[in-house]
Amino acid sequence: MIELITGPIDAQNVLAQVASPEAGAVVLFLGTTRQYTAGRETASLDYECFHDMALAKLAELEAEARTRWPIVHCAIVHRTGHVAIGEASVAVAVSTAHRAAAFEAGQWLIDRLKVIVPIWKKENWSDGSSQWVHPGLEVPKEVKSQP
Amino acid sequence: MKLQVKMFAVARQLAGADQLTVDLPAGSTVADLRNCLAMEHPDLAPLLPHVLFASGSEYVGDSKPLADTMELACIPPVSGG
Repeated sequence: MIELITGPIDAQNVLAQVASPEAGAVVLFLGTTRQYTAGRETASLDYECFHDMALAKLAELEAEARTRWPIVHCAIVHRTGHVAIGEASVAVAVSTAHRAAAFEAGQWLIDRLKVIVPIWKKENWSDGSSQWVHPGLEVPKEVKSQP
Repeated sequence: MKLQVKMFAVARQLAGADQLTVDLPAGSTVADLRNCLAMEHPDLAPLLPHVLFASGSEYVGDSKPLADTMELACIPPVSGG
């Protein structure tokens, strides 16, 4: 199951999507909004995506993971829009017959998601400023304080 | 040929628009698109060496020839998760 949603992620529902009598292991990863990054306080995050391409890339990741590990079920849900501190922005769940494959596939999926899927987060800092997050990029100064 | 390029995140912020239109001669490539955007939108210029481009749902390299049927997007470094 691949989904982009705008409301809260229901982790129990994500787990239900991967439940199977064939599975001896279920790994669930939740990426949650962290309050402090390098000592700076985050008030919230806003996520934006290129919807159709993001869905296509998530589906590609699932398909590639299935060629690497004997996955029974896989669910990836990413939230877009406004996300409060402590809430999940992404869920990756994998069920497999044995635990090693579930851990490896889950880690690979979230690692690859963060590299190739066109989704972006904006940090809304507690001082009222906002900043798009672009790894490896020095964001031009003039946009740092714009909402 | 006239091409529409979708903009996202800081690219959208710097461009001041969700989409930009560029006019390029037939036979142009993604590299030409990158150069054209930098010349026509100076605010975007510092960002452009760091972005990828997509056609439809596929990333395309600088040598890829452009066609006016392509749905192009400018993809700054992603930060999902």
